[in-house]
Parts: sequence; C-alpha cells; structure tokens
Amino acid sequence: MRTIDAAHITETVERLCMEANYYLNKDIEEALKKAAENEESEIGRSVLSSLIKNAEIARNENMAICQDTGMAVIFVEIGRDVYIEGKHIEDAINEGVRRGYKKGYMRCSVVKDPLRRTNTGDNTPAVIYYDIVEGDKIVIHVAPKGFGSENMSTIKMLKPSDGPEGVKKTVIEAISRAGANPCPPVIVGVGIGGTMEKAALISKKALLRSVDERNPDPYYRDLENELLEKINNLGIGPAGLGGRITALGVNIETYPTHIAGLPVAVNISCHATRHKSATI
Amino acid sequence: MPRYISAPLDDKTIQELKAGDKVYISGVLYTGRDAAHKRMIELLEKNKPLPFDINDQIIYYVGPCPSPEGKVIGSAGPTTSGRMDAYTPKLIALGLKGMIGKGLRNTAVKEAIKKHKAIYFGAIGGAGALISSCIKKQEIIAFEDLGTEAIRRIEVENLPCYVIIDSKGNDLYENGRRKYERKCICSLDKEG
Repeated sequence: MRTIDAAHITETVERLCMEANYYLNKDIEEALKKAAENEESEIGRSVLSSLIKNAEIARNENMAICQDTGMAVIFVEIGRDVYIEGKHIEDAINEGVRRGYKKGYMRCSVVKDPLRRTNTGDNTPAVIYYDIVEGDKIVIHVAPKGFGSENMSTIKMLKPSDGPEGVKKTVIEAISRAGANPCPPVIVGVGIGGTMEKAALISKKALLRSVDERNPDPYYRDLENELLEKINNLGIGPAGLGGRITALGVNIETYPTHIAGLPVAVNISCHATRHKSATI
Repeated sequence: MPRYISAPLDDKTIQELKAGDKVYISGVLYTGRDAAHKRMIELLEKNKPLPFDINDQIIYYVGPCPSPEGKVIGSAGPTTSGRMDAYTPKLIALGLKGMIGKGLRNTAVKEAIKKHKAIYFGAIGGAGALISSCIKKQEIIAFEDLGTEAIRRIEVENLPCYVIIDSKGNDLYENGRRKYERKCICSLDKEG
C-alpha cells in the first residue's frame, strides 16, 4: 500500500487546470498547421492562422486560450494499492480547481443550480469520474470543457437495425446543425454502445485521445476516416465561414451494448480541445 | 481588402459593408451576454432606461476572463450569439446597430437587421488571447454583481471581425458553406 497526501492531488489539479487552459496540445497545433496548408478558402486560411497565433500568445503570456475556461471535467484513475491521506479525494480535487482558476486568472463559469443560476464564484464543483485500476499510482486527466461546443452535443438511442448508417447520420446531423457555434474546426468524440450514460461518458473520454491517433480496430478506424471526410464535405469550414476543414479529427470509442439497443453519443469539442494529464 | 471602421457605427458604413468583408473595428463597444440581456429587457419592461445610450452602438457578446496583473483584460473571445436571439430584435428596434459574436442567428434577428439596417459581425471563436490584445480599456458600467457577465464599456483597436449578416440580410454562414459543400459524395444527404 502506498500513501499519497491529498495535498499532492490538490497541487497537481491546480497546475493541470492552468496548463490545460494556457497550452494548446501539440497534436492539435500540428493539425491546425496542416489544416492551414490544405484549406481552400481564403477566409478559412486567415481564421486558421489567427488560431495558431492565438495559441502562441496564450503560451507565451500564460493566458487562457479561450475566455470560456470551461467546466473542469476530471478523469481520475486510482491504483488499488493507493491510500489517500489527509482529505477526501473529491474535496482535494475541487480545492485544486478553486486554486487553479483563481491563480490562473480564469473565468468562473459554474452556476450552483441549473435553474436558479447563481455563480459559485470559484468554478467548482468539477465533474469528476473515477476508475479503479491496478497499481499504486494516481493518474489525473483535466479536460476543461467550454459550452459553445458542449451545447451542440447530442445523444440518440438508435435501433440495432439503424446500424452504421444510423450512426453516421447521427454524427453528421449533429455537426451540420451545430454550424459555427462550437468554434470549428472541431474534434468529434463519438461514443457507441453501452447504456445511455455510458455512451455519453465514452464520447467525452474519446476527446482525450490524440487527434492523430486512430481507433486500433480497423473497422472503427475506417469509420472514423469516413466520418471525417463526410464532415469536411459539409463546407462549414474554420469559424463556420465556409471552407473544407470543418473537423480536425473524429475519435470513436465503443462499449458492449444490449441486444435491443444502439446508443450513440456525439460530444463536439472546439479547435482547442484542452486536456492535460499527470501521474502521481 | 480589409476595411477599417469605427464604433459607434454610422449608416453609410453599415450600408457599404457586405457579408464576407473582413473589418478591423476601433472605438467604443459595450459588452453583454445572457444575464445582462435578460436584465436589460426587464428594465425596458418596467419602462426604465437602459444603462447606456444604445443608439448606433455595437454590443460585443463576451464574458471575459479576469485581468491578469499588468493587463487590461483577460482572454476575451466571442460567445455564441444565438442565446441572445430572444432579446435582440427589441434592442435593434431601439437603435442598436451592431452585434459581435459567433454562430447562427434566428429569423427574427435577421428580419430586424434588415428592417432597421443593422449589422452582425463574427469574431473568431476561441481566439480569446488574440482578441484581448485589441482591448485597450475596460470599465464596468452596469450589473457589477454579474461578474464576467456585467456590462462593460470597452475601447478596442483593430479588433478583427468578419461581416456575417449585412444590412440587406445576406448571411456569410449560409453563402460560405454553400460554396464549399460537396453534396454528391454523401449518400446520407439524400435521406435529409
């Protein structure tokens, strides 16, 4: 059994909240540069070069890439040989979010109640998911999610007979309807299978995967590629102003499901798709 | 060629601008998003004045990050405009001439834009750090309790935007998309 001080978890979350909001991930920056080379639309190219410049300013000045510094979505993998000392892990994580958002001059966007809507003032609580894994370490992924793109996400309970065509239709329709709202070029997380909430959860987890890494199963790799091509045929383009690059990548995750069902969740994410990880 | 324009707007400039034009805006803007719009409409319903003279003004839909030390303002990109659609036609009827945001507007907003010769600009969604460098001054003028959603008077220099909906009702989102759409390859399009 390894003992980990809860304060260590707080410090790690604090740091990751700032890093995720300041520093665009390399895979995405590369994808934006490649997109700028391939984009046919002049306005589209000008938008992409502004996004690359924006990422440089944010990185050099330790400034948030986007003013919507998001709701902090946090995935925690806890080794089963770990004992956490000092504080409940949930409190330790939320304290890290509280400190990170304050210290990093990031916007507090969380309201205490969905209908009565008073801002909590410190961007807590985070949305936290726990997995128990083998080993004596804790892995923390911090993925701040803005709501320009989150609001465009969707879930559908398809029939098994809808098959792959039904899945494609669900994804394409969601991106088509979203238009300029989710700050394209987007990254699309697709969760197929499980139950209703499982599909939604794996569609979010899919966004943690690098944008240039395809699903290891050739069947889903091909589906990812086909969907990306069809999305880019929509013509929405960078910032929705028309162009060939509407998405940088499509990441599909799957889970076994029920004989009667085919849940499909589409979690749309903006061109920044922020996430940073650390191992304790 | 980009156009350099000043805010508040004048009718001649508005009429010259066309959907798809790139513009650099300098001058005074007012910020406002969901909660501020809700409050402004509540004031109007009670026959009370708005916190600023809205004639010829531009509202920028933004909820900025707090100002880091030594900076005027934090990251300050546009938020999704569609959430303001319910309130916008009323403000345009009162003299609001311009809006800066991102994303689609509904039919009622488009009709109001045409009828009152207003204009809708798009700033680049997600380019918050870049845009903050164009903001030279900021001052909260109303609803301070709303924090990031308070109404601010801001002074901008060369804020990069695109004309999305011009005063004749042309829409860059529709036109731009139509130009680059490739229908034939996607079998799903036939199913609608």
